[in-house]
Amino acid sequence: MESIKDKVAIVGMGCTKFGENWEQDLYDLIVDAAYEAYEDAGVEPKDIQAAWFGTYFSGYTGQILSKALGLKYIPVTRVENMCATASDAFRNACYAVACGSYDIVLVVGAEKLKDFGTSGLPDNEVVMGIWTGSQQWTYRAETFTAPAHYALMATRYFNKYGIDPEEGKRLLGQIAVKNHYNGSLHPKAHFQKAIKLEDVLKAPIIAWPLGLFDCCGVSDGAAAAIICRGDMAKKFRPDPVYVKALQISVGPQEGYRSQKYDWDHVEETYQAGLAAYKEAGVTNPRKEISVAEVHDCFTITEMMIYEDLGFSPRGRAKEDIEAGTFTLQGEVPVNTDGGLKCFGHPIGASGLRMLYEVYYQLRGKAGPRQVKNPSLGLTQNLGGTPGAGTVSAIIVGN
Amino acid sequence: MATDKEIGIVSCGVYIPWHRVKREDIAKEWESFGGGEKAVAGHDEDSLTMAVEATRNCFRVTGFPLDLDGLYFCSTTPPYLEKQNAAIMAEVFELKQTTMTLDVAGSLRVGTQGLILAADAIRAGRAERIMVCAADKRMSLPNGANELAFGDAAAAFCLGRENVIAAIEGVFTTREEILSTWRSDRDRYVRSYEERFGLEMGYNRAVPGALDLALKKTGLAPGDIAKLVIYAANPRHLRGPAGKLGFDLKTQVQDGLFGSVGNTGAAQVPLSLIAALEQAKAGDRILVANYSDGCDVLLLKVTDHIKSFQEKTRTISYFLENKRYLPYVKYLRWRDILPTEPPLRVPPEKPSASALWRDNQSLALLGVKCQACGTIQYPRLRVCVECGAKDQMVPYRLADKVGRLVAFSHDNLSASLDKPTTIGVVDFKEGGRLMCDLTDRDPEEIKVDMPMEMTFRLLRFVGGIYDYWWKAKPVR
Repeated sequence: MESIKDKVAIVGMGCTKFGENWEQDLYDLIVDAAYEAYEDAGVEPKDIQAAWFGTYFSGYTGQILSKALGLKYIPVTRVENMCATASDAFRNACYAVACGSYDIVLVVGAEKLKDFGTSGLPDNEVVMGIWTGSQQWTYRAETFTAPAHYALMATRYFNKYGIDPEEGKRLLGQIAVKNHYNGSLHPKAHFQKAIKLEDVLKAPIIAWPLGLFDCCGVSDGAAAAIICRGDMAKKFRPDPVYVKALQISVGPQEGYRSQKYDWDHVEETYQAGLAAYKEAGVTNPRKEISVAEVHDCFTITEMMIYEDLGFSPRGRAKEDIEAGTFTLQGEVPVNTDGGLKCFGHPIGASGLRMLYEVYYQLRGKAGPRQVKNPSLGLTQNLGGTPGAGTVSAIIVGN
Repeated sequence: MATDKEIGIVSCGVYIPWHRVKREDIAKEWESFGGGEKAVAGHDEDSLTMAVEATRNCFRVTGFPLDLDGLYFCSTTPPYLEKQNAAIMAEVFELKQTTMTLDVAGSLRVGTQGLILAADAIRAGRAERIMVCAADKRMSLPNGANELAFGDAAAAFCLGRENVIAAIEGVFTTREEILSTWRSDRDRYVRSYEERFGLEMGYNRAVPGALDLALKKTGLAPGDIAKLVIYAANPRHLRGPAGKLGFDLKTQVQDGLFGSVGNTGAAQVPLSLIAALEQAKAGDRILVANYSDGCDVLLLKVTDHIKSFQEKTRTISYFLENKRYLPYVKYLRWRDILPTEPPLRVPPEKPSASALWRDNQSLALLGVKCQACGTIQYPRLRVCVECGAKDQMVPYRLADKVGRLVAFSHDNLSASLDKPTTIGVVDFKEGGRLMCDLTDRDPEEIKVDMPMEMTFRLLRFVGGIYDYWWKAKPVR
């Protein structure tokens, strides 16, 4: 197996405003994101040789992308890997370039969630249109919601590390506050306002101990990237961003089935992280990763990620949260654009939106959110649930 | 004393649901009066799930598995009207293919009718052991006497010839045609005619008549009977039959748990009988009279084996002590009497019959044990999660195992009628892990590492299909 390091580069990116885009349908979102990327890279639609389209709930078939963008008769693949969809679409696009089959490709991730009219994300049953309560799909229960699945980590982790629930909620609340502050500095974020810790603590409980502000909302949005061969990148721009590691770890739902899993971490994050660090040659993540965009679908998710990615030692994320390690000014700024929580989580687009922020950070273009002298950025995009995850870890650098 | 050749009750078990509604909470809404409380099924319970739980209680005494030649499900509120409910129960207990599954329906007498049919089958030599379950979850309209009176419960009896705890010494039945309390196929709620008519011309004639017949035929006098177990829609009615035949209301007539559980329909007399058995001594004669469209009278004689039953069963006291009060409005919502705004969630899909059929092959809560490495796991996948061995699995029953709660959350977003839904991860002491919903719990009491046991419940009813599975509840 070879490392992907420097074989491919990102030379253009686009991202729509995330939010309740009532006046935009899926095609509008795709066009806005893709054309911003074309302009950013200085390419024409006709230059694109192949494309990848990531979406979770919003449709099957690559034809959606070709229809929206008028791509004529080129290869277009539709990719899905739960919430890691956009990262996996990006990953597949990169391999197609790295193997020499294509020089320039497009990847778009898009999601139109607000048409479902549900409180929270719709269930898998919507997508598949069949009964997914069977044990071949999942464990057998009345209903399934995402917040409850992630809250399992909170009840277990607090118990295991002797954190009483009130203190636990404060720790989680600080993550929400950080991300809302960061997001308020990005004009495309769904939510544009900073929040206070008291608001987080007083908010109604969604899935105990997670309250309203511990959960990311439901957003529409799309993001896109133009990828080319590493040795061609400088033809498009003086500051391309090179891919250093492309990893995804998919588990066998082991956590649901084996008593070995203790609900205090996400094994797939840990495994994907290890593999990405190895591929990129990173030996001290805390020191070497300049900025990280991670999957804060819920505050507890982000807290576990700090440990799983090796930023904090096991069981000690609390100390780093309290020390502000992951704030814009901290040692390892995490979710500088507000993350899923504040920027939004249109599922099929999130992985690319994470890269969008890292791409701006690495080129010194992140404005008020800019971190100092970044060299390596990491995106961690988590699909599935604790115990049954698909997690990607991508490292890019300038 | 009964010999082992005599047919009788080998074991029995009750099930009373965890929730209660106080009668005063109902009565005050309608400017009426009501004392005591009634037991009500959870939103995830019905006659079938309660019958399963009663049967599991019965197995506490006999041990499980047990070879059954018959399984009779007796109820006026069976979930399915054309599809056999007993067949579903047989799957839960992994009964042999040649077990005779039978649904008995149509009147509140079905519980004793089931016992009589079972005893006949055993006597005829067609069966050795038959399980008879009686259960009801009757629907009553708000602002009525039935609403105050009705409760939900189930009872199960294993009939056979070995080690019987109470032998059946006599069976006497009479028929009757009268309209007093009934429900037609077009009715959701039980109807009742003016009470005086049914009482005078029905109950107060049929019950004493049948009891008198039984006493004459057996040559016994009221003084020979330790306990008289009679159906009554209302405890006041007991005076009639008891008085007419010279039984002492206070010392001989079994308390039908009306004040603490309610009138449980088909389960009423079975429950009262078990209450009597829990207090009985060897040699006691128990006379049972079940009424509705006629009267079934059974004469039972308690044997030496009664002690073993009394020691091993989950007693009625256990069920009476473990309870939680349900607000009246929630009760109306759980029974779908009060329509409410649907949640902003996607409606659930109808189960696939073929996928459900495959799932129901694990309805006994079957996981698997890998023969290569010994790891117990659920669901029944072919490749071991631990060692990767393929097709080395044997079925492993998790239903009766005790576990601990590894992690949980209370979910307010879920579309359940019992919000918040509690999702949990249960690790069984002897191996295996199950993710499931929790039920019969106060969210406040749930803690990591709590001991958990499994209970059979309804997950959803969509497209006319009842989707049953298991949930965890705290060990009490």
